[in-house]
Amino acid sequence: MPEEKFEPKIVAFFCNWCTYMAADSAGISRMKYAPNARVVRLMCSGRLDPQFVLEAFAKGADGVLIGGCHPGDCHYQEGNYKTLRRVNLLKRVLREMGIEEDRFRLEWISAAEADRLRTTMNDMVEKVRALGPLRLATAEAVGEEVAVR
Amino acid sequence: MSDTNGTARIGVYVCHCGTNIAGTVDVKAVADFAAGLQGVAVAREYKYMCSDPGQELINSDVREHKLNRIVVCSCSPLLHEHTFREAVEKSGLNPYFMHMVNIREHDSWVHSDRKADATNKAKDLVRAAVRRVRYHKPLEKGHVSIDPNVLVVGGGIAGIHAALTMANAGKHVYLVERDATIGGHMAKFDKTFPTLDCAACILTPKMTSVKAHPNITLWTLSEVTAVEGYVGNYEVTVTRHPRYVNEDLCAGCMQCVEACVYKQPRFDDEFNVGLGKRKPVYIPFPQAVPQIVRIDPETCIEFKKGTCKKTCVEACGDRHAIDFKQQDEVVKVKVGNVVLATGFQTFDPNRLPYYGYGSYPNIYTSLEVERLVNASGPTGGDVLLRDGTHPKSVGIIHCVGSRDENTNKWCSRVCCMYSLKLAHLIQEHTEAEIFNFYIDMRTPGKGFEEFYQRMLKEGVHFIRGRVAEVTDWALDKSEEGKLVIRVEDTLSAFVRRIPVDMVVLSVGMEPHKDAVEVRRLFNISCGSEGFFTERHPKLAPVSTFTDGVFLAGCCQGPKDIPDTVAQAGAAASEVLASIDAGSIEIEPNTAYVVEDACSGCRTCIGLCPYHAISFAEETKKAAVNPVLCKGCGTCVAGCPSGSLRQNLFEDEQIFEEIEGVLDYA
Repeated sequence: MPEEKFEPKIVAFFCNWCTYMAADSAGISRMKYAPNARVVRLMCSGRLDPQFVLEAFAKGADGVLIGGCHPGDCHYQEGNYKTLRRVNLLKRVLREMGIEEDRFRLEWISAAEADRLRTTMNDMVEKVRALGPLRLATAEAVGEEVAVR
Repeated sequence: MSDTNGTARIGVYVCHCGTNIAGTVDVKAVADFAAGLQGVAVAREYKYMCSDPGQELINSDVREHKLNRIVVCSCSPLLHEHTFREAVEKSGLNPYFMHMVNIREHDSWVHSDRKADATNKAKDLVRAAVRRVRYHKPLEKGHVSIDPNVLVVGGGIAGIHAALTMANAGKHVYLVERDATIGGHMAKFDKTFPTLDCAACILTPKMTSVKAHPNITLWTLSEVTAVEGYVGNYEVTVTRHPRYVNEDLCAGCMQCVEACVYKQPRFDDEFNVGLGKRKPVYIPFPQAVPQIVRIDPETCIEFKKGTCKKTCVEACGDRHAIDFKQQDEVVKVKVGNVVLATGFQTFDPNRLPYYGYGSYPNIYTSLEVERLVNASGPTGGDVLLRDGTHPKSVGIIHCVGSRDENTNKWCSRVCCMYSLKLAHLIQEHTEAEIFNFYIDMRTPGKGFEEFYQRMLKEGVHFIRGRVAEVTDWALDKSEEGKLVIRVEDTLSAFVRRIPVDMVVLSVGMEPHKDAVEVRRLFNISCGSEGFFTERHPKLAPVSTFTDGVFLAGCCQGPKDIPDTVAQAGAAASEVLASIDAGSIEIEPNTAYVVEDACSGCRTCIGLCPYHAISFAEETKKAAVNPVLCKGCGTCVAGCPSGSLRQNLFEDEQIFEEIEGVLDYA
């Protein structure tokens, strides 16, 4: 059962041109959303190495959110398609590791969609909160293994 | 990897941004927290880090505390990363030894309701940055040269003004216009507010100059279909649609128009927004530039049936300008910069059925009335109802498709003023009684308020309230045969019914429905309403986030002619500044190959959309061309051996950031 005051720790990877700008725009519009996510800025969601996600889960993240430009709108033409490809594969790996589906999410959020960013943030936090803290049985061991670099 | 391992001396600066950050985040607690982090030599908070004294703080600390890395916690890096890199460079450090933490847009502004959480978030982000910045490497900015040629997309007043300004400065300009003539919306207007000078009289000389200018290549009936390259070196593909008249041979004598087998014009004339008629072979309007006829394949018998007598060809005679076999022509040009001036479209009032446009004949849009009052318009400047009589009373409804939750939320900025102008012109032409129905009168601009006062004195009626509907349902004799405007008069607080002969809908401005295609072509962004987004709303109003692409006019948002021209001039001078500088700095965040680790598997080559990675046959390794690389990092994430790396986004740096935000111990 989820603990009552559990505040999930979310690591978010946002592309510079769409989702990061959407988050900036949410700020400019003074929207309010859950403060749980910590954003790591990448130039393109295509830079997302699946290891980043594994590292985040291994080091204590309860959820990982990826934000990129809508298909067809990538600032770098097609980086987001590569992301999609990798994310689909990664989802299967995460399932094998016992990480619930709601803990890992890829969203297309354009610079114009500040409101979508707000709802995605809130929704993600709620879903992960309902799941409770991520308890990887051998978090440390897994961390050692995947953090090879 | 890091050259500061063990010896990092990091300076952390937490900005208050007045109360923007300090009002929510406990900046002192964040600075104190940062001071305790490994490698931090000095941590301070300051009111405005971006100010001169703020930047000087970094400068003096670098000298005094021998700092070698800087972390600035303030606003979005998209706003001030450049500022702080410059400050760091001035202090003698490599500018890329600095990392910014966004605790304003991503923190204080969005969590002002949860101050403790916001402060904790700021601490996590600072910790991540402090860990990351230790791994920053010295980088050199790249430079690319700027091709002095310029592309201007859109031939309205914005594109015309920008093109002329740059051409006068000696740069070659390619002006691409989708219609058969340049001039845009302004060419359709009768007079311009508040001075009431005639739009054509001020615009057409500029149009003629465009055609005559030796530095301007004008392509009408043309569209940009592909854009490749990067700032300073764009290769643009323009598709020139057929006019079916050879531009070099046509003299604009219009004998072909006379000779057309259609003796009377019978097709809707786009220039007169459907109020007038034209033939299949036509010139859009008498002052069109270029002064060359066009054949419309949609209406010409020869195109539809292939059986026309082709009297136009006969009339053209020895010139042989008419060419029914013309095809799309594709041209490629190299330009260094681009000015987008693609304009707007007017709101379609069919979306608001309760205003009756299309159902009742005597309801017009404001653009239609511009043509009606214009001396060169379909009625020769006579304001006539559809039955040919003059209206005795006219209602002008403001904010049609503006300031409306159900259609467009924004104010179109020009409708109040052009409604006043039309009120004056209709009254002048017909002596009709005029009623303006407004929500608020918005007349901010030089001479605008004075014009409003003048209209009040001229006896135009103003009724404050959003019109509920326009109907022909008469309740008594005085309303019979009239259009009845039902409105709540919010100043006298009762519902009124105003019978009039003619209704003008003051339609707002909205982005072109295909603006999204332009946005994709040029790789820029737009807001939720669809207007193109400028780099900064105050400080970079004509730049975009794509270097070398600038905005002018209503494609960026609704504006009047003076503002459009000012913006076009600003865009032109940005371009000229870039050309005169000769080269532009580019971000060094490109990918590079660690040759020892590269197995030559070529996975990366297919991942790069810019063909920036090649396979060197002699070494059997991948090689990145840093000029072509745009720094997305897609290849880096895809490299199975980790031999591709990205400057400023190295794996170590990102792993440190991930661990930094999660390390709450």
